[in-house]
Amino acid sequence: MTPTAGGAPTTKPLPAAPRDYRFPRFERRTLSNGVQLLVASVPKLPLTTVLAIVEAGASVEPEGQHGVAALTARLLLEGAAGLDGAAQAERFESIGASVESQADWDVATVSLTALSHRLPEALALVRDLLRWPTFPEREVQRLKEQRLADLLQQLAEPRGLADERFANAAYASTARYASPEEGDAASVRALTRLDVEAFYAARYQPAGTTLIFAGDVTMDVAEALSTSLFGDWAGHRPKAAPRGVDAAQPGRLVRVIAKADASQSELRIGHAGIPRNTPDYFDVMVMNAVLGGLFSSRINLNLREVHGYTYGASSAFEWRRGAGPFVVQTAVKSDVTGAAVQEILNEIDRMRSAPIDEDELTLATSYLDGVFPIRYETTAAIARALANLVIHGLPENYYDVYRSRVRAVSTGGVLRAAQDHLHPDELRVVVVGDPAVVAAPVAKVTGIAPEIMSGHGGEVTR
Amino acid sequence: MHIPIETFKLTNGLSVVLSTDHTAPIVAVNLWYHVGSANERPGRTGFAHLFEHMLFQGSANVGSNEHFELVQRAGGTLNGSTWLDRTNYFETVPSNQLELALWLEANRMGYLLPAMTQQKLDTQRDVVQNERRWSMDNQPYGTWWERLPALAFPEEHPFHHSLIGSMRDLDAASLDDIATFFSTYYTPDNAVLSIAGDFEVAATRSMVERHFGAIPRGSGKPPLADMTLTPTFGCALREVVSDDVMLPRLFIAFRSPVLGTDEYFAASVTSAVLGLKKGSRLQRVLVREQQIAAEAAAFTYDLSKGSDLLVVDVTARPETSAAALEAAVHAELDHLVADGVTAAEVARAIALIETELTVALQSAGDRADKLSMFATYFGDPGLVNVQAERYRAVTEERVNAYIRTHLVPDNRASLLYVPREPVHSPLQDDLAMAEAP
Repeated sequence: MTPTAGGAPTTKPLPAAPRDYRFPRFERRTLSNGVQLLVASVPKLPLTTVLAIVEAGASVEPEGQHGVAALTARLLLEGAAGLDGAAQAERFESIGASVESQADWDVATVSLTALSHRLPEALALVRDLLRWPTFPEREVQRLKEQRLADLLQQLAEPRGLADERFANAAYASTARYASPEEGDAASVRALTRLDVEAFYAARYQPAGTTLIFAGDVTMDVAEALSTSLFGDWAGHRPKAAPRGVDAAQPGRLVRVIAKADASQSELRIGHAGIPRNTPDYFDVMVMNAVLGGLFSSRINLNLREVHGYTYGASSAFEWRRGAGPFVVQTAVKSDVTGAAVQEILNEIDRMRSAPIDEDELTLATSYLDGVFPIRYETTAAIARALANLVIHGLPENYYDVYRSRVRAVSTGGVLRAAQDHLHPDELRVVVVGDPAVVAAPVAKVTGIAPEIMSGHGGEVTR
Repeated sequence: MHIPIETFKLTNGLSVVLSTDHTAPIVAVNLWYHVGSANERPGRTGFAHLFEHMLFQGSANVGSNEHFELVQRAGGTLNGSTWLDRTNYFETVPSNQLELALWLEANRMGYLLPAMTQQKLDTQRDVVQNERRWSMDNQPYGTWWERLPALAFPEEHPFHHSLIGSMRDLDAASLDDIATFFSTYYTPDNAVLSIAGDFEVAATRSMVERHFGAIPRGSGKPPLADMTLTPTFGCALREVVSDDVMLPRLFIAFRSPVLGTDEYFAASVTSAVLGLKKGSRLQRVLVREQQIAAEAAAFTYDLSKGSDLLVVDVTARPETSAAALEAAVHAELDHLVADGVTAAEVARAIALIETELTVALQSAGDRADKLSMFATYFGDPGLVNVQAERYRAVTEERVNAYIRTHLVPDNRASLLYVPREPVHSPLQDDLAMAEAP
């Protein structure tokens, strides 16, 4: 490097030799009642994260009970084993333990983070709420009201509203993915304590439960704790998940969700995508990184850095057991909505019509390869990664081969992934914005007259 | 918890903090410039933040979109952020790429201006105006970010005006402003560079010397207006905002002692007693027992000069009126002032804070940011190692003394959001839309 007159080197330094990194080692055991254990001993700080993964996600809800999975998961923290919710919270928090309980599409998760010397006490409280929840009627009603309040708030919140309206536009009305993960107003209102109890009884079973430990804990300690707390939990194996969560709505469609005088339009453009266990997962992930997954991706550079239309734009495949959505999302100044939609449609077409440059490929692959160790700095992130192995049935050596699989992706594989999984003829365009400003320009660039709807989902005019 | 720390200063005034941790081949580089929106001149609100965007637009030796691309290609993550009294820039990279991160930071500290063009400024102005719309104007309650400081700090105070800035002031920003701001504030003697993670100390020291050593010292920055404030407001302040929201939401700011003081730790514990997690006072009483609130939280701004703010933030349940919400929150605050909190409530808060402090030390990026913070505000990054101790020293008596002096009615600035009355019916809305092409 040559110093300039000013002094600092002017040419980019070369990297030093990389140091090896291995994803934390982990071990598996199974208790006699079917509870599975995964333990990664990472003793850097006196801290441990435990995730209890239960086969109780929204995808296995009974017909007509949308939202019961989320409600059940949340109610675990509202009374168990003779303690009411306030006393339960007090017990966790007085030992500095942080606990959360929620359900996503695939599973319910109770997450616990505690200082290591508090782990036995904190895990005993997790045992209580998983095995002996009481679902007090008053708390069932309160959490239902809470969900209804969230839904009401969402009507004025363009981002959440756009996500919800996009899912509704992308999936067939019979598909579970078409309605919100936590249920809509009608389904939530109809839920009862009995529904919750029945869902709990059917799904919260030892043979459908995995305990994941990551942090300052050994396999032996984790196993001894788990055996003493969960070893005598008896039950049956939950039935396999029903089908019918992810049927797509075919064809193109444009919807404007009316928000009068909006200064920005929230855009969602995409369609039903592919399940997590797709064989070409790595090709798809790299393809998406080039399209809109990175700051330096085509869509973000185009919309933000070239045109200044937005603060940020991105694309993603949402990975679920079923075919989660592929979606491009951004918020743009209202008066450039048509132009922004046009640029996004162009980028999707361009991805399919010609191979990406070698340079774009290496940007994406060297990022995904290099950033790998940075993703697993925390006990929570390591536990989450192990949960993905369990939820999606990934191979045991998945994290050991991840980086070489990324590096093996070619421009041909990326083109094939784009052609196979981006479908311009199936794009659903959803805009939350001011119809008076955006309807005509969006109609012009898509060639489709938008359906104009209210936030509640009712059609206003065609 | 104790993390190793070494510090040194270059002759040009750059403060450097090093903290090694070899558990993973990762290193974080974090640069704090001691400048924020407080340093903006009249008519240029939002400039410090707009300027932060310009620092990602390349420099004499780095092309327009290259900064992000080079770091991402190296397998790193990066960003920047602007606050009332500081601006930071940071990247976490594989440890063999440390020199790249240092080179990029040194290049923009030393050689930014040749890369600045009107076109880049115009584009980033558009981006920032869209950031304002996205985070504030088109977001329910979004304007609290600028309304609350405007209410809680007097008009001439450096913390009074909007951090993201007005559209008009953003429009007025020019390349000359960029040059002046850069030469005034983006100088080595106004910055702290922290490096945390997997690196060799001696080699890194000389690397820092090589990249940053020749950048000239600044000629000093203009003093801020007097930041001194009385310890409390001295009267109740109140603003009601009718907005496009579905539920009433009340923010109450209390003037509070600045970051780092003994009383700050009492204030910080008080905020956790009030609003951290389900067992906190406001969540227990307002959300669970009385069921008048959908959500309740409390936090401190952590300002190190003038005065800090403790803020309580409560959103109503659908059937709760704005008046009922406001009455219930004030009643609970009055109750706290009269009767205090218990030792168990204080112990709960400190236990949670202690876990959070440990959680926050896990990532190299968080560690580097904390080191820069303590070095910038107090000249002593080693303070990171005494935080838990100082929290543990907070007693029930100190919390109650804080509550009796600071949560009182004449130290409350209330910002109340209420749903706007519909100006026309949904039916009329429908008709208006039908006319759209």
